[in-house]
Amino acid sequence: MATRRPPLYEVHEDRGAGFTDFGGWEMPVEFDSIRAEHTAVREAAGIFDVSHMGEIRVEGPDAETLMQRLTTNDIASMEPGDAQYACITDEAGIIHDDTMTYRLPEGGYLFVPNAGHDEEAEQRWVDYRDEHGLDAEVTNETTDWAMFAVQGPDAVGLAADAVESVGAPLDEESDDLADLPRFTATEATIAGADCLVARTGYTGEDGVEILCDAGDAEPVWAAFDCQPCGLGSRDTLRMEQGLLLSGQDFHPEENPRTPYEAGVSFTVDLDTEFVGRDALAAQQEAGVDETFIGLTLLDRGVARHGYEITHDGKTVGEVTSGTMSPTLGEPIALGYLPTELAEDGTEVAVVIRGDEKRAAVTTPPFIDK
Amino acid sequence: MSFDTPDDRKYLESHEWATTDEPIRIGISDFAQDELGDVVFVELPDEGDTISHDEPFGVVESIKAVSDLYAPVSGEIVAVNDALHDQPELVNEDPYGDGWLLEINPSDESEFEELMDADEYEAQIA
Repeated sequence: MATRRPPLYEVHEDRGAGFTDFGGWEMPVEFDSIRAEHTAVREAAGIFDVSHMGEIRVEGPDAETLMQRLTTNDIASMEPGDAQYACITDEAGIIHDDTMTYRLPEGGYLFVPNAGHDEEAEQRWVDYRDEHGLDAEVTNETTDWAMFAVQGPDAVGLAADAVESVGAPLDEESDDLADLPRFTATEATIAGADCLVARTGYTGEDGVEILCDAGDAEPVWAAFDCQPCGLGSRDTLRMEQGLLLSGQDFHPEENPRTPYEAGVSFTVDLDTEFVGRDALAAQQEAGVDETFIGLTLLDRGVARHGYEITHDGKTVGEVTSGTMSPTLGEPIALGYLPTELAEDGTEVAVVIRGDEKRAAVTTPPFIDK
Repeated sequence: MSFDTPDDRKYLESHEWATTDEPIRIGISDFAQDELGDVVFVELPDEGDTISHDEPFGVVESIKAVSDLYAPVSGEIVAVNDALHDQPELVNEDPYGDGWLLEINPSDESEFEELMDADEYEAQIA
């Protein structure tokens, strides 16, 4: 498969970014240093190009029903402008992807699958629609959009300064973007371009995510005078917060997990009808055998994806993500453990190049916000 | 982007260097530290251990990746850069100076002949 590139590939290259392949996209991994970018987001603000995220538009009389059936959360509760995080599960309740859905101010929905998952999501929506005779239009608009995340304690202020005028639905309440409630989105103009600005993110900091036409990407990006950040710091920031990475902390074949196992039970509304609901209702009743946990390493070493977790010399689990936390200066990791070991302070070990390194179970987030 | 490649030492394809005058020290190149990004942890053998030409002797961890370290030449370790325990970032800040890894007593001087000089190494990373 040919590698896809974000609209601002050349702009990032000129800025000296290093690139990595992620989900079939060639994306900036680092502009200056992961540590510098990470610290900028924790202490001030940083801007990420996340145009590798997918965008699928769902419109028509049955759009709400289609979204309700294929995501785990309650779509019917959303007002225009609302943003909602949910999982996409199969009949067995296994997570195939996690996604943010926006109920668009102009009508319909836009949901954001992870990088490289857009075609599979589009197919899943089209197949379900056709099987159930629903009247909805499903359009994969991934290449039409650029998406940026501006994150950090100063991010909302920067976004409010960059926004020239706000549109629906915020304009009914305020002309100041800083009044946008969390987990909502609004139309707004930045650098003359029509944008959808959402108060959402993936770093544990306050901030916004901005969607604009791919053709407007350059002026919108340039409207933010803050640290450009790559996928490297996006990863360390989300790990400190204990946020899942699709395909790494769960994977439908390599590491099949339900929302209850993956620690995102808040995305599941069993009072709605969706694919996987019955399996999840049964699991909620029975409880989970394994649970998503955080680890803080007590010995020196860095735990990485795929490393074994042991307890009393026996393999009990596996690390799904790990790094040296730039904020804490300590190695941290995420993974799964049998529920009986998933208690704060339980001492386990991570096998790093054949040696057992002591680690303590720590419920994420690892940092105080 | 250009990288510093001093000509008072010789280089292994896997980006480690060894000085050619006493004391014989081993480290990683400016190019290597830049590729790795922020170094957070260096795992090295102990004084008195021996290392072998082109064999792995340790590991350097950056925030984003883990990478094996290979010995440019064989020998017995006479000193380990203990400063890296608390300041692994020295590898990024001064890869040819304070960011050195090991000091060794080489066992086979002829192995230096197999290493690249600065010009050859520069051509490899260009």
